[in-house]
Amino acid sequence: MLARLRWTEFGRDPGAAIARARLISTLGPLIALLLASIFFSIRTDRFLTTENLSLITQQVAVVGVLAIGQTLIILTAGVDLSCGAVMAFGTIVMTKLAVTHGVNPFLAIALGIGVCLGFGVLNGLLVTVLRLPPFIVTLGTLNIAFALTHITSNEETIANLPDPVVFFGNTFRFAGTTITYGSVLAVALTLITWFVLTKTVGGRHVYATGNNPDAARLAGVRTRRVLLAVYATAGLLYGIAALVLVGRTGVGDPQAGQSANLDSITAVVVGGTSLFGGRGSVLGTLVGTLIVGIFRNGLQLLGVAAIYQFLITGVLVILAVAVDQLSRRRQA
Amino acid sequence: MSAVAARVPVLEARGLVKHYGVVTALDGADFDLYPGEILALIGDNGAGKSTLIKALSGAIVPDRGEIFLNGTPVHFRNPLEARRNGIETVYQDLALAPALDIAENLFLGRELRRRDIIGIVLRVTDRPRMLREARAHIADLKINVGSMKQSVETLSGGQRQGVAVARAAAFASRVVIMDEPTAALGVRESGMVLDLIREVRARGTPVVLISHNMPQVFEIADRLHVMRLGRRVATITPASHSMTEAVALMTGAASSQGPTKG
Ligand SMILES: Nc1ncnc2c1ncn2[C@@H]1O[C@H](COP(=O)(O)OP(=O)(O)OP(=O)(O)O)[C@@H](O)[C@H]1O
Ligand SMILES: [Mg+2]
Repeated sequence: MLARLRWTEFGRDPGAAIARARLISTLGPLIALLLASIFFSIRTDRFLTTENLSLITQQVAVVGVLAIGQTLIILTAGVDLSCGAVMAFGTIVMTKLAVTHGVNPFLAIALGIGVCLGFGVLNGLLVTVLRLPPFIVTLGTLNIAFALTHITSNEETIANLPDPVVFFGNTFRFAGTTITYGSVLAVALTLITWFVLTKTVGGRHVYATGNNPDAARLAGVRTRRVLLAVYATAGLLYGIAALVLVGRTGVGDPQAGQSANLDSITAVVVGGTSLFGGRGSVLGTLVGTLIVGIFRNGLQLLGVAAIYQFLITGVLVILAVAVDQLSRRRQA
Repeated sequence: MSAVAARVPVLEARGLVKHYGVVTALDGADFDLYPGEILALIGDNGAGKSTLIKALSGAIVPDRGEIFLNGTPVHFRNPLEARRNGIETVYQDLALAPALDIAENLFLGRELRRRDIIGIVLRVTDRPRMLREARAHIADLKINVGSMKQSVETLSGGQRQGVAVARAAAFASRVVIMDEPTAALGVRESGMVLDLIREVRARGTPVVLISHNMPQVFEIADRLHVMRLGRRVATITPASHSMTEAVALMTGAASSQGPTKG
């Protein structure tokens, strides 16, 4: 008793430490976002212009949508290495069908998204039915999707896309800034996912399954069904990301999205979601996406060579994982 | 206890057998739990106590033998089926989700939904009602925790145990089973859990308790089911036998006097 009282006085009881770790993981990303913005505003004249901010929102939309799916999977203590490659394959399917095969653009879009959904279901079945580790499963599907992308595209970029396929690249003016529908879609999907994860039975089961799968199963949560739904939804989101990507670039490019795998994982962990599952928020992921985007953009404005952007992204992701790991260890 | 013996057992098992490869974990075990009692399951390590309660709670399916609930044969294929029949289990590792809060853990797997259209169509949870009912269940058992919104990882070992017991007690309409609920706890917190167990009994739900702590068992149990080598070797009461005699039965130093009366 006495020992506990004294601990509390010095703010060292486990409850306070955990509360502090929570605060760091929620506020940390916001502070990092603020600091990065201030830094780049001071160091470059162009950072804080409406054109540049508009550019950032366009640049982050694709990774923003991918990272929503990635968040779902990481919340279940999994990881998806295939997301960028699956998205790239989705773009090739929808553009090639619409242009080369003259399929109705809306049907082409649906089929492209459907292929991504199929990959999500495949990942989910391999993880739940065969109980293979997500890391290995998605490493496999990463390579399959990558190969299919290059086989079906013949390494050719597909241009002259019909209007519906590039719809999400269209812009409108808002408060003096140019904003694409793709960015709006990314934010809307983030908010919908946040609602589902925090307010619905299924969303709470995602957290429980990620946090303690055995406890969830014994409590009557159908954990395999939850996992399958998570991977399928993630696949669907990759398909939507493919549509946003095609809108942004205006072409079906087999080389696109190669850094998107790591970028989406970086956005999720920088946004404060734990790789150990069950903790985190898709709103944090939105902040993480912005951080990654602002670093990329700011470094570019500073004239830093692109290869250093990779270096900095690497440091960022390790830093975020280290913070997560250390705060977990403190609780153990 | 003669009135007890005349009643139908709430939960009963006859001749349960469970093999793990060459190991025989249960070798024709019998089991009886009567209404309103605390039954302690005692026995040496490896005697088959955990295996027995796993069979009773649907976590494993026995190779042979029968289980009866209020005299009716039942065949649980998984823990969910046992829970649907009013049998709740507090597992040794508690089976809580540490990052979720107390209310969410209490209602995990049976969340309350809003009764309006968005509750039905979108399966939106009724958070205020769950917080309210969680508070009532926790207060019911006189468990001392601050807020229902506290995550379980911020609780002490005794408080966590309290949450796990409260969850079982809140939903158990027939039986609460606990596997070594005090094994990892200090003196004060063990005392809290024993009080909880009495509280559950006072509300009319019989409790099956596995424990290696003889003084504790003799303090709280109405009857003791002694296991040895996968069988029930005796059923005794704290009044009929001493601790030394109970230990002798467990180790086989004393032979049982055949099937004993309750
Ligand atoms: N999953 C399993 N696989 C193989 N053998 C098992 C398994 N579970 C239990 N056993 C064996 O069955 C026997 C009974 O085990 P059980 O866990 O029921 O004992 P217990 O009475 O609960 O012991 P303790 O007091 O140590 O918890 C032991 O010999 C054990 O090794
Ligand atoms: Mg045991």
